[in-house]
Amino acid sequence: MSAIVVYIDQLDAPGKLSTTVSQLLTLARGAGEPVAVVAGPVSASVLAELGAQGVTRVLNSEQAELGEFLVATKADLLAQSAAAVSASAVLVENSAAGKEIAARAGVSLNAGVITDAVSVTTDGGTLVAHKSILAGSWTVEAQATSAVAVISVKAHSIEAAPAAEPTTPVVEAVEVAFSPASLGARVVSRTPRAASGRPELEDARIIVAGGRGVDGDFTPIEELADVLGAAVGASRAATDAGWISHASQVGQTGKKVSPQLYISVGISGAIQQKAGMQTSKLIVAVNKDAESPIFEIADFGIVGDLFKVLPQAVEEIKKRRA
Amino acid sequence: MENSALNIVVLVKYVPDAQFDRQLSGEAHALDRSESILSELDEYALEAALALSDARGGVKGGNTVTALTVGPASASVAVKKSLQIGATQGLHVSDDALAGSDASATSLVLAAAIKSLGPVDLVITGMASTDGETSIVPAQLSARLGLPQITFASALDVAGNTVTARRDGDDFSEEIQATLPALISVTDQANDPRYPNFKGILAAKKKKITTVSLADLGISADAVGHAGSLTKVTAAAERPARTAGTLITDSGDAGIQLVDFLAAAKLI
Ligand SMILES: Cc1cc2nc3c(=O)[nH]c(=O)nc-3n(C[C@H](O)[C@H](O)[C@H](O)COP(=O)(O)OP(=O)(O)OC[C@H]3O[C@@H](n4cnc5c(N)ncnc54)[C@H](O)[C@@H]3O)c2cc1C
Repeated sequence: MSAIVVYIDQLDAPGKLSTTVSQLLTLARGAGEPVAVVAGPVSASVLAELGAQGVTRVLNSEQAELGEFLVATKADLLAQSAAAVSASAVLVENSAAGKEIAARAGVSLNAGVITDAVSVTTDGGTLVAHKSILAGSWTVEAQATSAVAVISVKAHSIEAAPAAEPTTPVVEAVEVAFSPASLGARVVSRTPRAASGRPELEDARIIVAGGRGVDGDFTPIEELADVLGAAVGASRAATDAGWISHASQVGQTGKKVSPQLYISVGISGAIQQKAGMQTSKLIVAVNKDAESPIFEIADFGIVGDLFKVLPQAVEEIKKRRA
Repeated sequence: MENSALNIVVLVKYVPDAQFDRQLSGEAHALDRSESILSELDEYALEAALALSDARGGVKGGNTVTALTVGPASASVAVKKSLQIGATQGLHVSDDALAGSDASATSLVLAAAIKSLGPVDLVITGMASTDGETSIVPAQLSARLGLPQITFASALDVAGNTVTARRDGDDFSEEIQATLPALISVTDQANDPRYPNFKGILAAKKKKITTVSLADLGISADAVGHAGSLTKVTAAAERPARTAGTLITDSGDAGIQLVDFLAAAKLI
């Protein structure tokens, strides 16, 4: 069986695997022999998680350069490790950095790179990536035609499941030969961004998003999100105004999300906003303008004032639960 | 620190206008490129380049901003628009063999085109193309050119020989630094792009666009296009368009109706 490498970053949040990485390991195990390539330390608990996923080989490096430079050093680790185990495929998380690590590893490995896969299947031994393109208006299947395929995969591509037979993985230390240009873009400072305590946009089952209509006050949005256990999103008008962090922006230049339910509040539904949310299962819109384009794609639309509708909905949910 | 003149290349892509329906067709599931425009996200790259050039005295100060595109003959529209906005000159790699090139093949051609320009200080790109939306060409191009990669810059400054940028991720906001030459991609947070004005439109008529073929760049036709790409699309389907569902007007109980809807959909 051929080796399928999963790239695992243990630099920023060491000590446990992210849910997406567990999903990638499950995917890899279904398609071949899963091999973990880890940037950063492999703790005992991570090793146990890797064993539960049926991983037999773990390649890791704790070289300082991996954390000191942007993306390129990690891509060197990934490409050199994938070559060392003769991997037929490489799977990476579809974050901004993950896609770039995939991109650069693809150049080194002369491998086709496919990003934004929502799921990965196999067809006669070849990995097939399924993705949604052109702002969610088309779905396509794509394959690499090269010996190695590099695919960056979004969250929830598969349900993570432990292997039938857990393994005791062997950790092999890798000494990466960094290319000189990889040591060119240095991270000189890092400021942690404040955590909201709410679900991440990409992970959330429900998202409540606010736009210019909230007029500087996200309280109604946050209160509805909290009774629903939802993540909070925003239009660019709201993030540009500084009412909420840019990390909450949904759309062409923000997050591309497809939750079970997207509640759009005080957002007009510009094409760049729709590009990030129109693959949601259900869309609810609250907007005081009946002509607003958001209603063209809403499964349930309410023409009304968000400052009346949302608090009433929050009260009603609390009442029904009491 | 002395701020010497800069030689900047800006990547501009000719993409189908997202305001219209976009279609894939044919055996290779190729994107229909009629109704195309300069990718909106490349305007931020061009603005970043022009601002750096302006701060150093523009063309008179010895700065050059070259708008580079790889694409069909019609893609010259993107270069012309860039010249109207303020780029100094254009370079257009045009060749029938390019059709269907993936990121790998595209970055190969871009790298050769940039090398053909001689030494450059900065390559600036947008954060993504509005058609492919993969954001991987900048990373692949910097790997091919052996240039430091500073991507997703939401703020950018060049002082002397050093470029400093801010990259806002989900968990961290990072400050990244590199020595020129370097490749940078900028987000839509980086600046407010200028529009072409009447003077710019007139001036653009006198600016030069050099058109080169793959042969001019020493690239064989089978290294690009469908033949040279390392990925292929094997199936494509248009998603059924979303349609409007129930629309109600609040008459005092819309919040309650909203909860009824959520309950019926088993979401609460
Ligand atoms: C290159 C580029 C990239 C972009 N990327 C994105 C992106 O990623 N995401 C994004 O969202 N946008 C993006 N935009 C911006 C986009 O074009 C729109 O400008 C933006 O989405 C508008 O935000 P909005 O709907 O909140 O504001 P508006 O369009 O101003 O809409 C506000 C809405 O609120 C309603 N409203 C006002 N008060 C109330 C009230 N009390 N109750 C109920 N409704 C009310 C109004 O009727 C109106 O429909 C981008 C633009 C460009 C040029």
